[in-house]
Amino acid sequence: MLGRAARHLDVAGAFVELVDGERLAYDDVVVATGARPRLSPWGKPAGVHYLRTMEDAEGLRADLGRGGPLVTTGAGFIGAEVAATARQLGVEDITLIDPAPVPMGRVIDPATAGRLGAVHREHGVTTVFGTAVEAVESVGCSLMVRLAGGAVLDAATVVVGIGAVVNDEWLASSGLPVGGGLRCDERCRAVGAPRVHAVGDVARWRHAGYGALVRTEHWTNAVEQARYVAADIVGPGGQGPYQPVGYVWSDQYEAKIQVIGRTGVGLDPVTVERTGAARSFAVLYAGAAGALVGAVTVSWPKAAIAVRRALKVDTPLAEVYAAIGGLPAPAPSTL
Amino acid sequence: MPVVKADHAQCQGYANCVVGADDTFDLDDDGVVVVLRLEIPDPAVRAGGGQSWCPADAGPGGPPS
Repeated sequence: MLGRAARHLDVAGAFVELVDGERLAYDDVVVATGARPRLSPWGKPAGVHYLRTMEDAEGLRADLGRGGPLVTTGAGFIGAEVAATARQLGVEDITLIDPAPVPMGRVIDPATAGRLGAVHREHGVTTVFGTAVEAVESVGCSLMVRLAGGAVLDAATVVVGIGAVVNDEWLASSGLPVGGGLRCDERCRAVGAPRVHAVGDVARWRHAGYGALVRTEHWTNAVEQARYVAADIVGPGGQGPYQPVGYVWSDQYEAKIQVIGRTGVGLDPVTVERTGAARSFAVLYAGAAGALVGAVTVSWPKAAIAVRRALKVDTPLAEVYAAIGGLPAPAPSTL
Repeated sequence: MPVVKADHAQCQGYANCVVGADDTFDLDDDGVVVVLRLEIPDPAVRAGGGQSWCPADAGPGGPPS
């Protein structure tokens, strides 16, 4: 069935229709149509890349093999990892651009993200944060990146990493609730159609623990959610709600960044520096009741494990702080 | 009896194995997997530790196919 897209899901008739008109009947159907890179608003002349597929990666590597300058537009996980990897491949002239004031600001609090931005500069990458790209133009055999404010950068290669778009348009005719993903209940079943399930980037499900709709684009969730849905199909009702502790990692230079649970804007970070290890630390986030709700760890995998274990049960942030830091917890007023 | 193996060169310290089966795996201070026991007497335990899938293909679960 590879290479044949689905174009319609008929809930009442319980079939999926392919682009060539063939209809596949189902008892249960799993929607796992994923997401795709958000297209460059500046066009895509030669030398401009996305990074989603193996072919994308191979094409980018080939261009980077010819050297820089490299410009990455977007300093999320994609942009930051491309900049770090290109630097380690020997590309000399790299600029990392984002309209936000820090990299990875959607998932990491500003102070911690600022520290991670500094790591790029320490490795010789130029960072341009708080500035938007206005145009990417082809000039002869190279590219020109025009920034808000008038600055212009020359580039041999540009990577556009500005987010993803959910592949849910094909469901518009189904009557199912879509838009930013297929809306599902706490068991990853489509709202109003319990034999329709969703997994991975396309699923927007109600996370019982968060009390909110959640959509996650990371590897771990795709694996865990697929396991959950498969078990739900063969044994309906045999599990509780799907409420995983989110987990994503990013390798940049020597830094292993691990993001667990709820982090980022709106939560107060408490940082634990790892004794005797430079550039190794953990940032803990507490909820309203003082319980740990998430963490970012940098080059400290054992701290990440401690956090993942602690998040399985309600654990006070102070307790985790003391456990991983080997230090008394800070005074409550500082937590 | 299932034998536990781990590829230390492949391990990247993601620790899914430890979270999935902490009686079988741990990490050292450098974040590299440590196998705590070499055999699993009950195959059902292996299935129960199925969450030990490894993004780096360093553990017995391996990446998703």
